[in-house]
Amino acid sequence: MKEYFLLLFTGAKSLLTGMGVTLRQMFQPIVTVQYPRERIAITPNFRGHTELVRDQETGTHRCISCKICQMDCPSSCITVNSEKREGVKGLVLLSYRLDFTKCSLCGICVEVCPTSALGFSGEYELAGFESSEFRYDLLKVMEGRE
Amino acid sequence: MHVTRTLPPELIRIVISVVVVVCFTFLNVLLLGYAERKISGRIMRRPGPMEVGPQGIFQLLVDGVKLVAKQFIVPSEAGTLFRIAPLLAFMPVGLSFIVIPFSNRLQVRDLDTGLVFMLAVMSLNTFAILVAGWTSNSKYSLFGAIRSVAQSVAYEIPMLLSLLSVVLTANTLSMRGIVLAQSPVWYVVVQPVAFLIYFVAGLAETNRAPFDLPEAESELTAGFHTEYSGMGFSMFFLAEYTNMFFVCSLGVVLFFGGWSGPQLPYMDYTGIIWFSLKVYFLLFIMIWIRWTFPRVRFDQLLNFCWMYLIPFSLVNLMLTAVVVKL
Repeated sequence: MKEYFLLLFTGAKSLLTGMGVTLRQMFQPIVTVQYPRERIAITPNFRGHTELVRDQETGTHRCISCKICQMDCPSSCITVNSEKREGVKGLVLLSYRLDFTKCSLCGICVEVCPTSALGFSGEYELAGFESSEFRYDLLKVMEGRE
Repeated sequence: MHVTRTLPPELIRIVISVVVVVCFTFLNVLLLGYAERKISGRIMRRPGPMEVGPQGIFQLLVDGVKLVAKQFIVPSEAGTLFRIAPLLAFMPVGLSFIVIPFSNRLQVRDLDTGLVFMLAVMSLNTFAILVAGWTSNSKYSLFGAIRSVAQSVAYEIPMLLSLLSVVLTANTLSMRGIVLAQSPVWYVVVQPVAFLIYFVAGLAETNRAPFDLPEAESELTAGFHTEYSGMGFSMFFLAEYTNMFFVCSLGVVLFFGGWSGPQLPYMDYTGIIWFSLKVYFLLFIMIWIRWTFPRVRFDQLLNFCWMYLIPFSLVNLMLTAVVVKL
């Protein structure tokens, strides 16, 4: 008999506590983001597709076309094209192709780059109609970022 | 004058009442559906519907248009009553409005047995659920219907017993009479236990969470209305929300003094403001409860009814009878 009433009172108390919790939550600010209309800053650790970093001093990329990234890429999604030109020291980068449909964002290319020419972009809106839209030429992407 | 000479005033009264009742039913569902989604959103710390209209206020209208435009699919194995069940669910809605006293003068009919009439009509909803579940010829629907009937039979008893103690105190079954009987103190003060029992039983009667076993989506997909689409489904939806309104307005009439409140100009009519405020406050509590508690298990549901609600309402009824006799 004592248990019977005890159950009733503890039950009622826990129900009221629960109602209190939800009532308090109801007057707290909203935490979800109304995405297309509202955006939040991306954290620096976010890994978008890789990009060629623009050097502040020279105003261009730092790639020396050593092709270490191309060799080390586990998904073989990097193709570096370069040529030797008269009167220019080193190789001239013609294109830096990244097949983002294969890229696993492991970041080995960024780590091995001897001149720190690569970095992660903050790009996250990646909807497209064809896979060809995700075969980037990072050189063009960098130039397009003027 | 000319109109009243050619048409009997009673007919005009009935036509106006019917139009108002149907309009109000749909308006109430729009309002409650929107409130339900907004409140659930706020409790989960999200904004709720925001896209259609400012703050998403037209969301339910758009949903209604979508439901009307959808095809009403009848399963090939369904019984002949499959099409009738949604109408059966919706029919009591119009009837129950007859006896609700919105204010001193705003009442379609003040029946001497108003309370009994209302309870009788409201319990027709269980019948509609049974028919819907049975004729759908689907295991989920049938299980939903079985649960609904078991639950309604169990919870009808404490509900009636708790209301009976109010009737003993008021000494009348007329809805208007019960409101007038609470002129100094509301019955929620005199009969707090009866109110609590009534409200819990009312939640179970309307199949609201935490007693929404008949339509437990995680186990029965949608319970008795699994096979219904388009307007068939929306009829059940309308009936469910309007039943919530009835349970709360019955609660207001019996325990919160109906239309009574601080004096307003034209109180005979404007009493509806106080009435609506009280009803929507109770409805808010129902929605709040739904988004707070998890669903109970079936044995817990029946145990709670037979072990707590019925003994308590019986004791309450006996005490009331003794006090009234003294």
